[in-house]
Amino acid sequence: MSYSSEGRSKDRGKDDRGKCALSLAINGNPQTVRVFPMERLLDVLRNELGLTGTKEGCGEGECGSCSVLMDGKLVNSCLVPALQAASANLTTIEGIAEGSQLNAMQAAFLECGGAQCGICTPGMILSASHLLSKKTDPTLDDIREALAGNLCRCTGYMQIFEAVVQAARRRTGV
Amino acid sequence: MTQEHIIGKSVPRKEGRDKVTGAARYIDDMTMPAMLYGATVRSQIPRGVIKEISFDPQFDWSEFVTVTAQDIPGKNCIALIGDDQPCLADGKVNHPEEPILLLAHADPHLLRKAVDSVSIEYESLPAVFTIEDSERPSQIIWGTDNTLKTFLISKGDVDGIWAEADYIVEGEYTTGAQEQLYIENNGVIAAFDREQGITVWGSLQCPYYVHKALVALCDLPAEKIRVVQAETGGAFGGKEDYPSIIAGHAALLAIKSGRPVKIVYDRLEDMTATTKRHPSRTRHRTAVSKDGKILGGEIDFTIDGGAYATLSSVVLSRGTIHAGGPYYWPSVRIRGKAVATNAPPHGAFRGFGAPQSLFAMERHMDRIAQAVGLSPVEIRRRNFLKPGETTTTEQAIREEIDLGKLLNRALELSDYAAKRARFAQRNKVGHIKKGVGIAAFLHGAGFTGSGERYLASVVAVEGCADGGVRVLVSSTEFGQGTNTVLCQIAAEALGLPYEDVRIAQPDTNQVPNSGPTVASRTAMVVGNLVRSAALGIKQTLVASGMIGGSYSPEQFRTACREYIAAHGELRSFARYEAPEGVFWDDQKYRGEAYASFAWAIYVAEVAVDLSTYSARVEDFVALQEVGRVLHPVLAKGQIAGGVAQGIGFALYEKVVWQNGRMQNGQMTNYIMPTSADLPPIRVFFEEMGNVHGAYGAKGIGELPMDGPAPAIVNAIQDAIGDVLGTGFDSVPLLPEDIFEAVSANGER
Repeated sequence: MSYSSEGRSKDRGKDDRGKCALSLAINGNPQTVRVFPMERLLDVLRNELGLTGTKEGCGEGECGSCSVLMDGKLVNSCLVPALQAASANLTTIEGIAEGSQLNAMQAAFLECGGAQCGICTPGMILSASHLLSKKTDPTLDDIREALAGNLCRCTGYMQIFEAVVQAARRRTGV
Repeated sequence: MTQEHIIGKSVPRKEGRDKVTGAARYIDDMTMPAMLYGATVRSQIPRGVIKEISFDPQFDWSEFVTVTAQDIPGKNCIALIGDDQPCLADGKVNHPEEPILLLAHADPHLLRKAVDSVSIEYESLPAVFTIEDSERPSQIIWGTDNTLKTFLISKGDVDGIWAEADYIVEGEYTTGAQEQLYIENNGVIAAFDREQGITVWGSLQCPYYVHKALVALCDLPAEKIRVVQAETGGAFGGKEDYPSIIAGHAALLAIKSGRPVKIVYDRLEDMTATTKRHPSRTRHRTAVSKDGKILGGEIDFTIDGGAYATLSSVVLSRGTIHAGGPYYWPSVRIRGKAVATNAPPHGAFRGFGAPQSLFAMERHMDRIAQAVGLSPVEIRRRNFLKPGETTTTEQAIREEIDLGKLLNRALELSDYAAKRARFAQRNKVGHIKKGVGIAAFLHGAGFTGSGERYLASVVAVEGCADGGVRVLVSSTEFGQGTNTVLCQIAAEALGLPYEDVRIAQPDTNQVPNSGPTVASRTAMVVGNLVRSAALGIKQTLVASGMIGGSYSPEQFRTACREYIAAHGELRSFARYEAPEGVFWDDQKYRGEAYASFAWAIYVAEVAVDLSTYSARVEDFVALQEVGRVLHPVLAKGQIAGGVAQGIGFALYEKVVWQNGRMQNGQMTNYIMPTSADLPPIRVFFEEMGNVHGAYGAKGIGELPMDGPAPAIVNAIQDAIGDVLGTGFDSVPLLPEDIFEAVSANGER
């Protein structure tokens, strides 16, 4: 096969030599884990921290299923070497509900049909939330543009757009 | 009884909360103690004899588990319709990426190196890669003549029709392979225990297909095979048959190692090794009267099945039956043929043969219109099937469908006439040319012909000790809304709140076989059975005097609890029975092909940029008659999602082949539509009434895949037809194809 994921290794080796400590805050909780420096942030989240809400779709930064917020910026966690997240504040899908209450974006996705199979949903919701953190009242073109890095094969995006518009309205109380 | 209806309401998706919080557990989110990871060593060549398999002596193989064809306890095949496909190649390979050897290890990091450390020496054999090569035949690679399956539909006297024709219109149309591109790759976990047998958890559509395949492969009794569907991240047909293969591989590794084994493909492996939509070629020759009426015709529909028969016969069947479109043919002869090539087997993908043959039909209708000198609208109007007329298989249209009315509404919704006039004016200047195109089509819901009768699906509904109700089916949720719609149906039948009904996880140890989740059959066929079974619960409680003919939800819950306390179980089953008077002849391919058809008119507006040669869809109207809409939000989502895949099929998604292997098996080079690429997809429903399905619902899932490609290509033709020598007769239609066609005509 011509394609290789060496260098941004998907998986951990079985011994700990070469690992180093990574301290960061995830969904507001300070954490320290031992990681290989070039281990993918996605694998650290899923395998070391058990946060499996962040999904892998392509492993090369194209589909956006692994989107998380790192210090408020939207990143593909499959492309981020673990150590790059040192001291960062990370937000994953597990951290956005308000206690047991869905937040406005989650509720809007549920109501408008923004989630079908659900595999792109965590990344899509983070991407949409990121947009609303920059623009409280985005136009349809803003939404199309902002979500273009998150692929959804089920919905044709229309109901996702509706969900984002609805969440924006609810947040601004319009 | 609650007065409020649940059918027709957009209740919350049952598993929706878990999906928006990240709590939903997909197969790659699961691990088991002592679990190994599996990988597959695959053929590097399209066809040949395996001479030698060698393991690099420098590599430490001590902790690896290795499985070859020799380790298979049962029959080395993937039992489906036929059994020509081996689970692991034994001595010879017939396509690139064919599985040869399996490896497992506790450290997934070592697997890729291990796969690369296996060398396979082949003696190559000549291979065939196209329908034409296979037909020639330059090499016999399957059976005696490379033909996987043929069908013949024959209606009326076609041979006598040509002399009467005012016009004879011919055309050849082709469609390319298309990747399903569910965002969650294929994956399973298998565990083996000498007492309990094999358990497989997986991302899959059809638990009982996997069950059947594992019984044959592992030589175990049916009760020692258990298949459980995990949350499934998209499927679209791509997880109809392939999970039997990957489950078989994981099961073999689990049997040999005695430990649970997980196999999850990465994107490249999933795209290059698993199924795709069948490439197709359709030839039309049509006799038409001077007033634009179809008198008769011949249609040759051929699909490329890849190296093994798998599902090709049924894909071919659906494509052949749909080849005549929603039109009345006084006489017709349709020949369907599936041929073998040395590519990985093509398989199920939403639409299942119909998008291919309907693309041809709807492009051909525009060609007929041009030949006769009528508009694309008028040619369709004059040939639409009407109640009382018969389809190509001589199925009488019994429902009160009015396609002319449907067409009028679609034209209105899309502002068709005004747009056409406006575009004709503005296209005279500038390099952006705009056009509008129509597709009219139908899609049969449920299994073809006697399929549902053979399946004889069973469902159960049970009252629970907590007073709630549970639906037990093998029908799976993979985004389309199975969980939600089946619970709605049970709640409606019982007059209970939606929240009182839940659905069991599909697990072959727990749920009856309600058939595969395919063919747009779940809401219509399985839904009807769920309704019957739910009514059975009610009848039991009424007969036992625990509730009266009318009751409150609380009374029902109490009755449930009391009945279970007294009798232990409250369960009702329903089994499919074919409606009376339905006739289908499998030999002559004649009769009632489908229990019902959904009907649709789609209108696409495109802009073609003659400086970049890119075509873009700017507006899309999807109007359909699908019987009763059970859940408006889910139904709209099904249509918009299908249209988006159809736009991809038409303009973006090109599988680049080299010697039978996909060359662009990544999301970076196989391009599906993003949120920035799609037009507004405007979805409308017309309910003209149907008595067949649950509460009048017909199938909906596959329909929207059929129309976009021809509507879009018709629109492109409308936009730039005047600068083209010939028409566009193929999808996908990429900028380079438009460039070539325009350049070939020597005009800019």
